[in-house]
Amino acid sequence: MDEALLRSLTPGVIGVLVRRGADFAAAEDAVQDALVEAVRVWPADQPRDPRGWLVTVAWRRFLDATRADTARRRREDRADEEPAPGPAPAVDDTLQLYFLCAHPSLTPASAVALTLRAVGGLTTRQIAQAYLVPEATMAQRISRAKRTVSGVRFDRPGDVATVLRVLYLVFNEGYSGDVDLAAEAIRLTRQLAARVDHPEVAGLLALMLLHHARRAARTAPDGSLVPLAEQDRSRWDTAVIAEGVGILQAALARDRLGEFQAQAAVAALHADAPTAEETDWVQIVEWYDELTRLTDSPVVRLNRAVAVGEADGPRAGLAALAALDDSLPRHTAVAAYLHERDGDLVTAARLYAEAAHKAPNLAERDHLTRQAARLNAGLRG
Amino acid sequence: MAKYLLLKHYRGAPEAVNCVPMDKWTPEEISAHMQYMHDFAARLEGTGEFVDGQALAPEGAWVRYDGEGRPPVTDGPFAETKDLIAGWMVIDVDSYERAVELAGELSAAPGAGGKPIHEWLELRPFLAAPPTVTE
Repeated sequence: MDEALLRSLTPGVIGVLVRRGADFAAAEDAVQDALVEAVRVWPADQPRDPRGWLVTVAWRRFLDATRADTARRRREDRADEEPAPGPAPAVDDTLQLYFLCAHPSLTPASAVALTLRAVGGLTTRQIAQAYLVPEATMAQRISRAKRTVSGVRFDRPGDVATVLRVLYLVFNEGYSGDVDLAAEAIRLTRQLAARVDHPEVAGLLALMLLHHARRAARTAPDGSLVPLAEQDRSRWDTAVIAEGVGILQAALARDRLGEFQAQAAVAALHADAPTAEETDWVQIVEWYDELTRLTDSPVVRLNRAVAVGEADGPRAGLAALAALDDSLPRHTAVAAYLHERDGDLVTAARLYAEAAHKAPNLAERDHLTRQAARLNAGLRG
Repeated sequence: MAKYLLLKHYRGAPEAVNCVPMDKWTPEEISAHMQYMHDFAARLEGTGEFVDGQALAPEGAWVRYDGEGRPPVTDGPFAETKDLIAGWMVIDVDSYERAVELAGELSAAPGAGGKPIHEWLELRPFLAAPPTVTE
């Protein structure tokens, strides 16, 4: 069974039900039921018209659920015959779903879950597994999210920036499970880019592709992190890089710079370098300057300090770092790295151990502990 | 089946035999340790005895209720390494003996010099739901 096909049909089918008069929450539930049914039935008997099959089954499920409601009589009148699809939508249904699921009234965790379910067509169980929470918890998160957006009009375009933030979260903060969330984020962003002509949508897609291309090289066989400079660049996916660079160039040519395009530009410069030593750090610093102008985020300033350390030497990097709040996440790790480059191995080893103590995740903690161990072993020897 | 918590912490237990902080190991020794932990969990998944394993950040905060209409009081973090919960593993096994056996294996994870750490792990049974048949 083609699960990707099944999932790509999801938002359109929800749209059909909504146009026929179902409210979003009920339509979404009915389509979820139909998806579960499809997973059960299709492997043995794939319908010739998968979308039509899903619409029929989901509509039937919607009617069953509605009949069970207290207002059954009134609704049964409406439901007795298969209605013709409503008037042709003025805006794309799928696009409207992106806006609805990323609505600013939702918390980021809710928007992520709702997007993965209603736009991505994932089951609640898959989403729960991906984010390491019990299925019942995820089911509640999704149904609360649906209640939150229940009064939102379905026919007005929303703000694409909120959608991009949600997709970025799926890509960047996804955990593991059976579902490849990074690939899912790319699929959803690609689908969005086909519907919205916006340079930042293209910028985000390029950013995702350029990072995704490095995935095979990013971890060692034992699961430990491999830093960018030490990655085996022959394992980077050149086809994906080429696609990302192409999308980015087309976006940049439109001269409406945004933060995702600028971040993608940094990633593209890394992708361009045949070896770590050949990286164009001067240009990377310039992109971080652009990013600072666009976002003024302390994380960007921290990354800029690293780039300055490469472009102008570790002393310059340390000077840039000194201007930043030392309670910033990864500040200590950056300081350790720059001190090592500056030749102060004793300080670097101490800071690596301190950074490991503060690390936000296990992979980074292990990596930083190894760095401290490597320097300490050298100092002993 | 009975569930047990294997708790890795430094609260009052005697010092491990091979007690060297990890950043003083060699990188190879760290890799060997990680591999051992990974293989241990994978093996328990294979035998159907693994439930959960998590590592905790070393620093946290103390929090308590401070009365109606007032925000909670927070204190800390206290970076006291003698009072640190590093992480846990939950196992679901047939007997107490099996739980002890597994805790012993986990404590044998290699450390500095590639030798077992002999670290003390606390083994605590879960209080489960009452059985249906009681007489």
